[in-house]
Amino acid sequence: MTPLLEVDRVSAGYGAVQALAEVSLHVMPGEIVTLIGANGAGKSTLLMTICGDPKPRMGRILLGGEDITGEATHLTMRRGLAQSPEGRRIFPRMSVYENLLMGAEALVKGDPKPQLEQVFTLFPRLKERLAQRGGTLSGGEQQMLAIGRALMSKPKLLLLDEPSLGLAPLVVRQIFGAIRALNAETGLTVLLVEQNANQALRLAHRGYVLVNGRITMEGEGLALLARPEIRDAYLGGGHG
Amino acid sequence: MSASDRGGPQARDVNRPRPSSRLQLALKDALVATAVAAALFVPLVALRTDIGAGGGLALRFRWKEAAILCGLVFLGRLALVLWTGRRGLRPSTAPGPWTDRLQQAGRLAAPAFLAVALVLPAIPGIDRYELDLGILVLTYVMLGWGLNIVVGLAGLLDLGYVAFYAVGAYSYALLAQYFGLSFWICLPLAGIFAAFWGILLGFPVLRLRGDYLAIVTLAFGEIIRVVLINWASFTGGPNGITGIPRPSFFGLPFSMAGGEGTFAGFFGLEPSVSHRVIFLYYLILGLALLTNWVTIRLRRQPLGRAWEALREDEIACRALGINVTTTKLSAFALGAMFGGFAGAFFATRQAFISPESFTFIESAIILAIVVLGGLGSQIGVAVAALVLIGGFEVFRGLEEWRMLVFGGAMVVIMVLRPRGLVGTRTPSIALGKKRTISGDLVGEGR
Repeated sequence: MTPLLEVDRVSAGYGAVQALAEVSLHVMPGEIVTLIGANGAGKSTLLMTICGDPKPRMGRILLGGEDITGEATHLTMRRGLAQSPEGRRIFPRMSVYENLLMGAEALVKGDPKPQLEQVFTLFPRLKERLAQRGGTLSGGEQQMLAIGRALMSKPKLLLLDEPSLGLAPLVVRQIFGAIRALNAETGLTVLLVEQNANQALRLAHRGYVLVNGRITMEGEGLALLARPEIRDAYLGGGHG
Repeated sequence: MSASDRGGPQARDVNRPRPSSRLQLALKDALVATAVAAALFVPLVALRTDIGAGGGLALRFRWKEAAILCGLVFLGRLALVLWTGRRGLRPSTAPGPWTDRLQQAGRLAAPAFLAVALVLPAIPGIDRYELDLGILVLTYVMLGWGLNIVVGLAGLLDLGYVAFYAVGAYSYALLAQYFGLSFWICLPLAGIFAAFWGILLGFPVLRLRGDYLAIVTLAFGEIIRVVLINWASFTGGPNGITGIPRPSFFGLPFSMAGGEGTFAGFFGLEPSVSHRVIFLYYLILGLALLTNWVTIRLRRQPLGRAWEALREDEIACRALGINVTTTKLSAFALGAMFGGFAGAFFATRQAFISPESFTFIESAIILAIVVLGGLGSQIGVAVAALVLIGGFEVFRGLEEWRMLVFGGAMVVIMVLRPRGLVGTRTPSIALGKKRTISGDLVGEGR
């Protein structure tokens, strides 16, 4: 079985800064894979590199077996890849409905209605808020909107960048529950970038640990969670 | 440490001052403003150099005038602070009765404006002067709507919009001069040329935003003007181009002589100068409405939504697979094209153009119209053009003081309505009932 996403010894960075050094990882279809690491480890850079901005300096990126290395971002995003970016980045002055429609932009053809229904089933709150301006939503609702917007393009692979950022624990649980349900019901493949190692590793089938732009560990989610060095480094010495 | 961290009764005092302390604060604020004003007015007003008796410079003091100005600043600031409350300039952004009433009026205003504009030449008492003013206002309405695509919708701050106006005007003038092409052939060509220059400007600035973009576009506007001045053999240089052909009524020229083959002769009318003025009026009205129609249509299309999304968050747009390059270039090209149309109209109306008509102040006025109208609002831009250009005319009697009135009016509008006259935004698409989205409470400059 070919992996849905394969990152093969990729190095990337901004200017003189090398953010990623020969990172390799793969995501199989139907998996939830999480990438955990501290601030500045290069997690977001890796997601951005997969999307084509910045372009990798070395290495290859394959999506569904096809080489997408160095391809323009807007073309890559039409290949069944969607991202919910770090910090949510919804369009604050546009309505929730318009925000969602912007996500359908990369749909090559067709009616956005079925996706819209899927998003409403997943996040009924968004349906209530449809006419509201994006900027007036609460943090959790904005995160739901960011994920919903990404789902509008009917992706095969969903890239989630820190969906728990700045949210109350209860809301985080709600969002993670939605991701789990999405994966279980539709078989959507998810690559999840998180600082919240505890919850992310519990949710994911497999995980990678990124330290200073290098993958230092990989394994099954719960197995990683049990490793003492993970507990020390990311879970505040076992308090998680 | 903020006031609320201190806790206790002291904090409550700071948050909700007694009337007397409010007056104190206002007095303090006004005194600070007066000190700043004094620092400016003493060197600017109180000290004046005149040519003295011996031919040298003599210093003359004008303390009285400076004191009067400082006093005005003190009183004005005091009134403003007392009126708007303790926090000094607290803009009235909360959606209140103001916003509601404005929205209701807005729904009726657009058809009303259109109706008045359509019948204006037939209204008794409307003369040549009023029609000329109407043409001028409509030209700026059209330019404002054109720039609104770039600045208001796509959020790309363009300080050199007048360049496209110039390209359009010179396209028509030169094509008519060198090849004898008629206005109706040149009009689309002028738009195409301007759009081409829009794309040409767009490419190097694709990665720029905000201040940096503003500076480059400003330079671009100046480059076009300087080229027009210095390429004298082609453009006529500072002398400009004279004798630009006037437009014909679909092949029928407007002529005072009358007779066969002229507009008056064909329709059996008494030859009159006003025919051409009325025709020009309807021409610019039509062009402006075309601009408006295209913009409104595009706002409902994915392209228009992409422009607005680009204004909101470029990185998010990239993440959603929107082609940012084509989105930006299309905004530049379309905005420029309407500027080009307006330029061709300007050339045929004036019959004379020179680089002096395309200075930076024109760009600034058009941008002021867009900002004053409320970035992105079509009706707001139209009202702002009417207020600004009409205001220029109304206060013509004040001579150089009218710039002061104009500047003061802009400050007042921006204090009262920091998001422009129409700061709300109606979603271009909705499921069920549309609801106006207030632009208030969102950070400025977004």
